[in-house]
Amino acid sequence: MCIRRRRTRLSHNSDTAVGHAHHFTDMDQQREASTLGMWTFLVTEIMFFGGLFVAYALYRSMYPDAFAEASLRLNLVLGAVNTGVLICSSLTMVLAVRDAQMGKVKGLVRYLIATIVLGSAFLVIKAFEYSHKIHEHLIPGSSFQFAGPFGQQAEMFFSLYFMMTGLHAIHMIIGIGVLSVLLYQAKRGRFRAEYYSPIDVAGLYWHFVDVVWIYLFPLLYLVSRH
Amino acid sequence: MSQHVIPQKVYYLVFVTLILLTLVTVDVAFYNFGFLNIYIAMGIATVKATIVALYFMHLRYNSRLTWLFAGAGILWLFIMFVLTIADYITR
Repeated sequence: MCIRRRRTRLSHNSDTAVGHAHHFTDMDQQREASTLGMWTFLVTEIMFFGGLFVAYALYRSMYPDAFAEASLRLNLVLGAVNTGVLICSSLTMVLAVRDAQMGKVKGLVRYLIATIVLGSAFLVIKAFEYSHKIHEHLIPGSSFQFAGPFGQQAEMFFSLYFMMTGLHAIHMIIGIGVLSVLLYQAKRGRFRAEYYSPIDVAGLYWHFVDVVWIYLFPLLYLVSRH
Repeated sequence: MSQHVIPQKVYYLVFVTLILLTLVTVDVAFYNFGFLNIYIAMGIATVKATIVALYFMHLRYNSRLTWLFAGAGILWLFIMFVLTIADYITR
């Protein structure tokens, strides 16, 4: 919600301890509106990623053997560790929201920092994986090399791999940016127990990105390990 | 209403469940269940995603209207999958 408008209202009615924007009846309604707004955005995000998931499903059903072989070239340990790192970051994020609900600014700041650090750790590990793939000539394009009969089809797997994990990583970078701004604002005392919607909706976004990875991990790293 | 503060214990429990399910999904990936492999992996992922949505994203404590919005996302995704794949497999 527009913070400036809220502040003006506060200054006009100093009798109301907590101000909601003038077009809302009360704080609950205002909170619900921001939650719904974020969910609406997340629905568009589901469709955004969904297109890539459909493409993956189709190509995998067409070239099951090539996808199985190509998937073995990914580093399972790094993928699994990164899944753990992301789940940890979701935990610290939800604890940040919880402290915000109770107006504990100190805890909020601490958990936001933890979430940013964990999110960055994820990206660092991902960068290591990418550099390995560059090294092994697995970047789709003219330098792509894949021994065996499945060269071209394996290239399709890696195109999807880089599109899906790349789009996911961009979401992580944006998320870290958003959390950094919120961290700055939290330190300056913008959030109280009565008003923390930005933290709340940033949390929804962060967990959504986590959910995307929960699907990416088995699809890309685990298909046909047996 | 939406300000309902959930005990920390619940979040830690959810966290432990998610980590355990991650270990399970890695472990079962090494067994061969034939065509069932992908369904098992996706099943576990869906359980994890549902837990995240219900507890970390507070869906369980949100209004019916929020449920409707989240459900709409799944519905559109379902339509995209079914119509696209139905087209491909009937060519």
